[in-house]
Amino acid sequence: MIGLLASIVDGVLIGSVYGLAAMGITLIWGVMDVINLTHGAMIVGGMFGLYFLTEGLGLPAYAALPPILVAGFGVGVALYWVAVHRMVGRPPLMSLLSTFAVNLILIGLGTAAWGTVLFNVSVSLPGFSLGRYTFPGTHIMAAVLTAAIAAVLYFFLYRTRMGKAVRAVAGNREAAELVGIPTTRVLALAFGLGVALAGVSGMLIGTMFPFTVLAGDAYQLKSFVVTVLGGLGNPTGALVAGIALGLVEGLATPFMPVSWTLVMEFVLFVAVLIAFPGGLFNFRRSRRST
Amino acid sequence: MKKFWLIAFVAAFFAAPAFAADEDTITIGVTVSQTGSLNVDSTAQLQGSEYWRDEVNAAGGIKAGNKRYKVRFVEYDDQSQGGRVQQLYTRLIVQDKAQFLFAPYSSGLTATAAVISEQYGKIMLIGGGAEAKTYQLGNKYLFQCITPADYYFTGTIQALKEKNPHAKVAFVYSDDPFSKAVVAAARTQATAAGFTVALDESYPPATTDFSAIINKIISSGADAFLGGGHYPDGATLARQLHDQKAGLKFVAILVAPDSPKFATLGPAALGIMVPSQWEPQVKYKPEFGPAPEQFAKDFQAKYKVEADYHTASGYVTGLLLQHAIEQAGSIDPEKVAAELNKTDVTTLFGKDKFATDAQNHGLQMAHQMVLAQWQMKNGTLEKEIVWPDAAKTANLIYPLP
Repeated sequence: MIGLLASIVDGVLIGSVYGLAAMGITLIWGVMDVINLTHGAMIVGGMFGLYFLTEGLGLPAYAALPPILVAGFGVGVALYWVAVHRMVGRPPLMSLLSTFAVNLILIGLGTAAWGTVLFNVSVSLPGFSLGRYTFPGTHIMAAVLTAAIAAVLYFFLYRTRMGKAVRAVAGNREAAELVGIPTTRVLALAFGLGVALAGVSGMLIGTMFPFTVLAGDAYQLKSFVVTVLGGLGNPTGALVAGIALGLVEGLATPFMPVSWTLVMEFVLFVAVLIAFPGGLFNFRRSRRST
Repeated sequence: MKKFWLIAFVAAFFAAPAFAADEDTITIGVTVSQTGSLNVDSTAQLQGSEYWRDEVNAAGGIKAGNKRYKVRFVEYDDQSQGGRVQQLYTRLIVQDKAQFLFAPYSSGLTATAAVISEQYGKIMLIGGGAEAKTYQLGNKYLFQCITPADYYFTGTIQALKEKNPHAKVAFVYSDDPFSKAVVAAARTQATAAGFTVALDESYPPATTDFSAIINKIISSGADAFLGGGHYPDGATLARQLHDQKAGLKFVAILVAPDSPKFATLGPAALGIMVPSQWEPQVKYKPEFGPAPEQFAKDFQAKYKVEADYHTASGYVTGLLLQHAIEQAGSIDPEKVAAELNKTDVTTLFGKDKFATDAQNHGLQMAHQMVLAQWQMKNGTLEKEIVWPDAAKTANLIYPLP
C-alpha cells in the first residue's frame, strides 16, 4: 500500500514538471497556432545551461534558474524572428517544418559539439522518506518551483496589461490589432515565454536526472500528450494535465509492466482526442471548434 | 575557364575511386554511430579500430605473402539506426568496394549489417554485437570477437553467490535485443544458482525516468540488481537508485559503468559493478600485438581518453583480421576466412576462438569476461576488477555502502 502511495506521489512530482514543459508548447499554440518543434531542443538547452552554470561557473543549481529563464526568453524571441514570424498565419504545416528544421540543426550542432555523452549535475538536497521509499529532494524542489512559476505565469497572464494583451491576441488577433495591441511584439513575447518555460523545465529535469543532447525528444513527446489532455492553448490545463498524467503513471506502474506505460499514455491521448477534442480541462467550448 | 574547372572536377571525381582501389591497399568498411543514442560506445569502438589501422600503417602495412598492404577505412555515420546500417553496408560493398567489414556497434545494428555482409559473402568481424542469435542463422563469414550475451552475467552471478547464496534478484533491463538476450540467459543461471527472482521487468530503451521502476524494486524486497541496457539508461538508473536510496546490496549494470565517464555520477557510481569484456588492468600474455597495459597507455597518450572495453574490442577486430591475413599469406576472402576459422589465440583482449560448426558459425567460444566495480581509491573513483580471483585487483565491496 505504501508502495502504491509512493508511486503516486512520485508520479505527481514528476508530472508537475511535464506540465511546466507543456505550458511552453500550449502557450505558443494558443497565441499563434504554431506547434513549436524546437521544444525538445529548448528543454535540452535548459539542461545544458544548468550544467555550464553549475560546473563551469560554480553557481548553486537553483541559482541557475533566473539566468536560464532570461536566456530562454531571449533565445525564444530571436527564434521567433528567425524561424517563426514569416510562418504565422500560414498553414500550420509551414511552421511545423520550420521549427522542425531548426530543431534538427540545434540537435545536430549539439551532437557535433558534445556527442551523446551523458552529463550529470549532482544536487545535494535532503529528501523525504516514507517507510522504505524515498522522495529525492530534487523531485520535491522541482514540483515546488513548478508551482511557483505557474503562479507567476498565471499572475502575468491575468493581472498585467501585457499578459492581458497576450490573451487578447490568443482570443482574436484581428480584434486585438483593431484596439491598438502591437500583435507582432506580443507574438514574439509569447514565443519567448514558451521557450523560457521549456528551458526552465529542462533545467529542473537536469537537477533530477542525467541527460544527453538527445534527451529532449522524450519530454517533447510527453509535452504533446499533456498539451492535448489539457486542451490546446490552455496553460493552466497543461499544468493540471501534467500532474494528472503523472498521477495515472504512478497509479498504473505498480500493476502493469513499465514498458506498457507509454502505450497506455498514447491510448489515453487518442481517446481524449476523440471524446474531448478541446482537452479534458477546457471547460469552455473550444475556440477552434466553433 | 569555367569549362576547364568543370572538366577538372569531373576528372577528379572519377579519379578518386581509382585511387581508392589501389591494389596495395586493403579497404575495410565500417559504420559508426556518430549521432544517436549509441554514440558513446560506438565511437570508442571505432577509435580502437582506427588506432589499430594507424599502428599497422605506421609499421608499413599488413604482410601477406610477399606483399604489404596499407589499410584504408571507409566510414559512415549510421545514426544508431538499423535502416541506415542496411543502406550503408550495401554501399560499402557495392560502391566503395570494401574487401572486409567491421560490424557497427550493438547487437541490433550488427544483426542488420550481418544480413548484408552474408548476402555479398564478405568477411565481417564483430566487436560489439553480443547477441548469439545473429550467429545461429547459417552464416559463413561472421566472426564475433567478444563474449556472447548469454555469458555476460555468468561471472556476476558466481560472484554474488559467493557473497549471498540466497540473493533475491531484480532483473530490470532495456527492451532491446542485446539486453533481453543477456537477461534471458542470466535468469536461468540465477535460478540454477538458487537465487529468487524478485522482479523481472523490461523498460523502453528511451526511458529517462526510473522512479516508478525503482519503487517496484523496493516493493519486491530484492537485495541484488542485475540489468540495464546501454549507456544513457544505465547511468540514469545508477543515479536514481542512489537518489531513491533503493537499499540494494549488489548492483551490476550492463555497459554504462564501463565507460570512464561513469565516474561523473560521483557518489551514485560508488560500488556499481559492470560485467566487462576487458579492463586495462588485465594480465593476459599476448601471443602477438601489444600487452594490455602498453595498449592502454599508448591509446590514452594518442586520444587523451582512457581505453575501455569497447576500445579494446575495436582494436582486437583489426588485430585478428591482420593475423588471419598474415597467416593466409593472401587477401583472398576464402583463405582469410579459413584462417579466421582456425583462430585460437591470446591477445591483449584475452583468448579468442570462433565456433566453426554450421549452426553457430562465428560465435565466440573462448573469450572470458571480468567483473569490475567502481571503488574509492585515494579519494577518487576507480574501476577495479573484483572477479575472477585470478584477475582481481581489489576485493568486491559487499554490501554496497
